Amino acid sequence: MTPPMTPPVTRMTPQTRSRRLVAGLGLLVGLLTLASVAVGYAALDLPAALGDAWAGRPTLPALVLMELRLPRALLGALVGFSLGLTGAVMQGYLRNPLADPGILGVSSAAALGAVMVFHGGLAGSLALALPLGGIAGAALAALGIVVLAARGTGTQGLILAGIGLSSLAGALTALVLNLAPNPYAALEIVFWLMGSLADRSLDHVRLCLPLMAIGWVLMLSTARALDALALGEDIAASLGFDLVSVRLRIVTGAALAVGSGVAVSGAIGFVGLVVPHLVRPLVGARPTPSLWPSGLLGAALVLGADLLVRLVPTRPELKLGVVTALVGAPFLIALLVRRGDGR
Amino acid sequence: MRVSADDLRVRLQGRPILDGVSLSVGEGEFVGLVGPNGAGKTTLLRALAGLVPPSAGRVLLDGRPLCAVSRDERARRLALLVQSAGIGWPMRVSEVVALGRLPHRRAFAALSEADHAAVARAMARVDVTHLRERTEPSLSSGERMRVLLARALAVEAEILLADEPITALDPAHQLDAMDLLRAISRTGTGIVAVLHDLTLAARFCDRLVVLHGGRIVADAAPALALTDPLLRQAFGIAVLRGTHADGSPYILPWHRAGHTREDDHDPSGPDPVRAPDRS
Repeated sequence: MTPPMTPPVTRMTPQTRSRRLVAGLGLLVGLLTLASVAVGYAALDLPAALGDAWAGRPTLPALVLMELRLPRALLGALVGFSLGLTGAVMQGYLRNPLADPGILGVSSAAALGAVMVFHGGLAGSLALALPLGGIAGAALAALGIVVLAARGTGTQGLILAGIGLSSLAGALTALVLNLAPNPYAALEIVFWLMGSLADRSLDHVRLCLPLMAIGWVLMLSTARALDALALGEDIAASLGFDLVSVRLRIVTGAALAVGSGVAVSGAIGFVGLVVPHLVRPLVGARPTPSLWPSGLLGAALVLGADLLVRLVPTRPELKLGVVTALVGAPFLIALLVRRGDGR
Repeated sequence: MRVSADDLRVRLQGRPILDGVSLSVGEGEFVGLVGPNGAGKTTLLRALAGLVPPSAGRVLLDGRPLCAVSRDERARRLALLVQSAGIGWPMRVSEVVALGRLPHRRAFAALSEADHAAVARAMARVDVTHLRERTEPSLSSGERMRVLLARALAVEAEILLADEPITALDPAHQLDAMDLLRAISRTGTGIVAVLHDLTLAARFCDRLVVLHGGRIVADAAPALALTDPLLRQAFGIAVLRGTHADGSPYILPWHRAGHTREDDHDPSGPDPVRAPDRS
């Protein structure tokens, strides 16, 4: 089986490019995290605060740093990474460039879970009640999707189930708003749904970090299967991938990463949808090289948007989800227009 | 290396699709899988690839039940070529072909020298080396078919299972593709190809397996398999037979069996062969 002439061996330059991009984006995320820690409504002597926090002195700067700035910055990076990575994985898995992290209905269910905690009045009594409610909602939704996925429902079935679940969760959320005891309660819920990283604590980080990390590992473990799935499910199976296992890992991973993200921050739209499209021109269309860059760019975008929220002096404060949607929606329209032109 | 089906039965949604199929394909054979729509050709191919669980009977790889062969080993020894799914992302051709090396790579390892060499061999084999840097939407149907074939060849499996490899191609590319498949089989790869074009199947394949209603009704050299009674019974057609100047026989599907020619064409109209301008 030797060809008459050996052509030059193809080098995987996109992999090198992807590695460089990951390094650059990692640096960017680091800088934005620092900026996020440094920027706030009150001036903060960062070195002094760091020194106090390190030494365990409960001074005001140390408290501002540990209770306000650091959680906000860390959550921005974690939630952004989850959204970006899940968006890239979902688009790769469903072979659909318009898939977003919430396509399986997990985000809506997480939002519903948190909203029901609001309604039940538990939010005031227990600091973590809200995110726990969100995680419970996401877990229930994920369980339903996982059962479907394990039964071997195809990707179309999963998408339809996700749409159904999203609609149901949306309807129930509207019902809770409808039944809100007073307008202020409803307003509070609506504001929460807009997504924000303000006033979160390190407990939120401790709650969502392990769940997210497991979700990331599960999703990243399917990278090669995503590449193979570009040629269809039969070819991917013939290349030795267990598609039921792939589906379960993706659904569970997305539910953990996105569900816990929504549970701590509310709904932050468009990041997961948009980020893979920004990454692909740089690393190519194959799913694997786009995963890490998508996660990191997602983190950078959310951190950047959260900085913007704090730098733009509006009253009340702009909500993070509003900012990302304001930036993301025109991008989505531009994408659709460009696709329309291409055909 | 030999892949075989032993009294294979497959039911899909309660309906029997394959009803006791036994066949065996070895190295270097080019076997055409033919039959009317709904005969179970694609299901048989997918069952041979291990993608459809049999409801009874077995698929054997060198005498071992396929279900006892690990996923990885199966992926290295049986390659599948499916056209219909296309290429989902605008990946570069070299990346698409390299997907065929996935069964050979350890987790998280990059492409090895051997992988690069196999990819280059596969691309040279089907003459797509010059397309290496092109991406999916810019490929013609013929180019895409060759790229997907190169992807399947990059597995360097002993058996290649191809579902309708020439269906979307124009006549020139169909001839090229059949030539190519036959040449590939001559280098030792066993090929099972689902084909619809009986003329080309009869001309290029070593053996034709005719499926009808989930059963094999013929499994022989083309001239022996495609008899007039079988063509009438399985396909419902009658063929014209001829002999090329070099002595090789050919067949041409001509009209539906059970009808006279007058049933198919307006008797007052001109003979279709002599009326090229009649649309």
